[in-house]
Amino acid sequence: MSKRLLQILLPAATGVIFILAWYALRFSMNEEMQFLLPTPGEIIASFRDNGDSLARAALNTTEGALLGFAGAIVVSAGLALTLSLSSLIRISLYPYLMMLQMIPVIIFAPILILWVGPGLKSVVVITFLICFFPLVVNTTQGLISTDRNSVELFRMYRASRLQEIFLLRAPAALPYFFTGLRIAAVLAPIGALVGDYTAGSSAGDGGGLGFQAIIYSSQAKYPALFATAAVTCVLGFVFVGVVVGLSWLALHHWHDSYERTDT
Amino acid sequence: MAATPLVELHDVTKRYGAGPLVLDRVSLVAAPGDFISLIGPSGCGKSTLLRLIAGLSPASAGTLQLDGRTPEQAAAELAFVFQEPTLLPWLTVASNVALPQQLRGLSPADRAATSRRVLDLVRLGDRAAAYPRQLSGGQKMRVSIARALSLSPKILLLDEPFGALDEMTREHLNEELLAIRQQQAWTAFFVTHSVAEAVFLSNRIVVMAASPGRIHTEITVPLTYPRTAATRLSREYHDLVAEVSRILRSVESAAA
Ligand SMILES: Nc1ncnc2c1ncn2[C@@H]1O[C@H](COP(=O)(O)OP(=O)(O)OP(=O)(O)O)[C@@H](O)[C@H]1O
Ligand SMILES: [Mg+2]
Repeated sequence: MSKRLLQILLPAATGVIFILAWYALRFSMNEEMQFLLPTPGEIIASFRDNGDSLARAALNTTEGALLGFAGAIVVSAGLALTLSLSSLIRISLYPYLMMLQMIPVIIFAPILILWVGPGLKSVVVITFLICFFPLVVNTTQGLISTDRNSVELFRMYRASRLQEIFLLRAPAALPYFFTGLRIAAVLAPIGALVGDYTAGSSAGDGGGLGFQAIIYSSQAKYPALFATAAVTCVLGFVFVGVVVGLSWLALHHWHDSYERTDT
Repeated sequence: MAATPLVELHDVTKRYGAGPLVLDRVSLVAAPGDFISLIGPSGCGKSTLLRLIAGLSPASAGTLQLDGRTPEQAAAELAFVFQEPTLLPWLTVASNVALPQQLRGLSPADRAATSRRVLDLVRLGDRAAAYPRQLSGGQKMRVSIARALSLSPKILLLDEPFGALDEMTREHLNEELLAIRQQQAWTAFFVTHSVAEAVFLSNRIVVMAASPGRIHTEITVPLTYPRTAATRLSREYHDLVAEVSRILRSVESAAA
């Protein structure tokens, strides 16, 4: 059997087994406990019943995730460039960057609400904070890992500092940048969701998926809660998918990670 | 030869920081058109000597003049070929070759014409659109040489450019290099570990000794240019290879 076919059939089979096990578990439960585990059918039905609120929440969370993600990309690129200039700058700033990453968002959220207000703004800041670290660390590493001989080549031809950065260091750092970007793309929707859960608000736009999850659970709409989780997963896949696509566009014709193997 | 010297080293001495003496009072004069091979035990400072001429590293003492100027001032006349091809993997062959011109600020149109010309010179005109990873080791090296030739240098510095290649490819590229030199008259400093290569290519072979790095002997190669594959079959060539090998062995055993 071709490898291609296996790559589709095997996950599909796993999925079928998983769903069967799900139904088996559900129907082996006591009648009065069954509400704890809605069936896939019930979850799909809840999409219909809560379509409007889910769609609006998904849109808001996407907005928060995108803005935080984009902000993290821009700021991390600038900071990585600065950090790449000298090891003294790196030594002085790294501990604080680590600290920034260690700050538990949940504890920080109430303060953040006071600073920037609840809702979208807080969600964006929290997403930004969560995405920032992997981006900065990977991009900086890329910028300082340039092949020594290539740097000498540029010096040999008396390249300016700007030429060295934009024609050599930045393109050489792209694979590292995309590694960071992939991690950040996984984190962005989760960050937006957590941000919304801890600092979301119904004011204005009506809140995102995190805020909606709080409402559903207070209304005991458990299938809708599962639907919210599913939407978040889809959002994560879309983010990662776009990044994987961009990474392919930027790297496939030259980077070894996309080398075609002859098999 | 009465030609005015192109490269003049006078008592050039080199130490890295407070480290040991790497080059001890090296004096060497190259006339335009010279092809000088540098050969000697590992660590005797051959690469260092090239880097000094290239202005990539300063001499600790002594004077070094290129065309009557410092290496810094003569930068435009110099090109360096590293042991590794050192191509930028994200650029096509043509863009890699055009890089030195791009760094000099030449227009894309001028760049394209020159790149095509030097790529033809190394017989890779048909691979202009390829990426480095699609090339063999020998082809990559030829691109690297084309890039070095793209600014029509007066002085070409080559640090074991064919060291990583198999013997057949190496001999081929040696012949090509000499053929190119018929069209572009540059002066070459060529570091190698291969006596046969040194004899085939150069009109002068400088044998260096180690600890500290210094010039041991210079041998003139009287074989006439153009040299071809047939040159390697001549008696004179074989005798020279034997002689240089003997000198090199004596230098190496003295160091051991
Ligand atoms: N950047 C550097 N800093 C300190 N020492 C160096 C540096 N580069 C070279 N050296 C030292 O200088 C000496 C000569 O090195 P060099 O690379 O010039 O030798 P080489 O003749 O080219 O050797 P090989 O044939 O192995 O390439 C060596 O002892 C080496 O350790
Ligand atoms: Mg060397």
